[in-house]
Amino acid sequence: MSSFPIRSRAFPPNWPMRLIGVLFVAYTLYAMSRLDLTWARFSIGMGEASRFLARMWPPNFTRWELLAEGLIESVQIALLSSALGIILALPLGLMAARNLAPKPLTMLTRGFIAFCRSLHYVIVAILFVKAIGFGALAGIAALTIASVGFIAKLFAEAIEEVSMKQVEAIRATGAGPAAVILYGILPQVASRFLGFSLYQLDSNLRNSTLVGIVGAGGIGGTLFAAFKRFDYDFVAAILMTIIAMIFLAEVVSGRIRAALR
Amino acid sequence: MTALLREWHRFTPLERFGRWFVYLSIVAALVWAMRSVEVIPEFLIDAPEQMMDLLVRMWPPDLGYYRMGVHEALVETLHIATLGTLFSFILAIPLALLAARNICRSRTLNSFAQLLLVTSRSVNSLVWALIFVAVFGPGAAAGTFAIAFRSIGFVGKLLAEALEEISPGPLEALSATGAPRSSVILKGAWPQIEPAFWGVALFRWDINIRESAVLGLVGAGGIGVVLDDAINFFQWDRVATILFAILIIVIIAEIVVTRLRARLI
Repeated sequence: MSSFPIRSRAFPPNWPMRLIGVLFVAYTLYAMSRLDLTWARFSIGMGEASRFLARMWPPNFTRWELLAEGLIESVQIALLSSALGIILALPLGLMAARNLAPKPLTMLTRGFIAFCRSLHYVIVAILFVKAIGFGALAGIAALTIASVGFIAKLFAEAIEEVSMKQVEAIRATGAGPAAVILYGILPQVASRFLGFSLYQLDSNLRNSTLVGIVGAGGIGGTLFAAFKRFDYDFVAAILMTIIAMIFLAEVVSGRIRAALR
Repeated sequence: MTALLREWHRFTPLERFGRWFVYLSIVAALVWAMRSVEVIPEFLIDAPEQMMDLLVRMWPPDLGYYRMGVHEALVETLHIATLGTLFSFILAIPLALLAARNICRSRTLNSFAQLLLVTSRSVNSLVWALIFVAVFGPGAAAGTFAIAFRSIGFVGKLLAEALEEISPGPLEALSATGAPRSSVILKGAWPQIEPAFWGVALFRWDINIRESAVLGLVGAGGIGVVLDDAINFFQWDRVATILFAILIIVIIAEIVVTRLRARLI
């Protein structure tokens, strides 16, 4: 019988964590065998990768007109889909906020927003391409849906966090519902709404360079065609341009966000 | 008396001009985009009709097709997403340690790691998939690497931010005992970022499930391949089944992530 307990270790072994680690390793091995990921394949891939990179260099900017055309169309898709998404998300966000709208309405709107969010924008773009034909319109429609899903969800959450004191104060003056929303709620969430919108514009700019892969307009179509024709030097030029544009957009939106704060 | 009649404004003239200028440039950009974007009016006019036609062709979904090929592809998609997330962490953790300014003191290494993270984030997962299809050939291997390389930037950035926010106290205390650098990170930094780490992992896994569903469109394995085939053969009832399957798996993943996050954090 020991009167002193055994000195506890400073860092005792964490058995649950170790078990999780073992499970992860086991899963990785199992999944790798299922996906046919082997070392031989990896090493062949490395050889292919060096050939691929060699063919990408130097980037070929001789067809810059095609590139500029695609890029401009991508920017247009991003601008229009963000604007439409923001305009549609405003009423939907208000309708989905549990502290404003009646319950059946919020459930319905939330269902719609969740539906907008759950399908990847490329899949939505495919459906729109099949339904309304090739071109920028399909891209705009697809990215609008994605924007509505994202902005409306965050906007509704922001509205649910507003302080009700100001809302009650406006109501106490005898203001109608429109005035309550306009003067009691929107001023409290305006800056956050602007933040979401800016973020979505940023991500629409990224995504609009991609919807072209399924024929929905923008530079993605040019990129995909270049890939299919093994024009890897032109692919490199397109990728560099896209990365430069996204980087520029990130810098600009970062500046705007800093200025808003 | 005249002093009391002063007119008050919320913004200075310069601020008013700035706001006006911002509004004007937004409107100008939208008008420019609307006027020059290539929209074919005939397509726009019969869009509702075409949408209805598509929906009619999709209904009823060919649910029997699920067992014939969708299930296997769906499982493959899950493997791609999970394995891709795991691989991304293997590469993202060292990069995050290099990018965190309070862990790695060398400015050059910080910027270098940041550059790699930004590059990884700027290239979309579908473009990564195109690249890896060219490298590994079509199949799930390309998809897994596409998911992994796309996630590195996201995971690395968030982990680096979490690392930069930790309190330096425990690190200094451990260093003062003479602990080696690896122990300082493992016992000083890791416990502080553990909740953020699991949060990021779950968040990214959720996103990756969505993204891996479309990788098949460029031949990188998963359910996207089946979807692409069904669309190319105009088998819309099968497309509806596949879309339902994707929808359900995405919703299940979101529920699982929300539950786990509530328990972990």
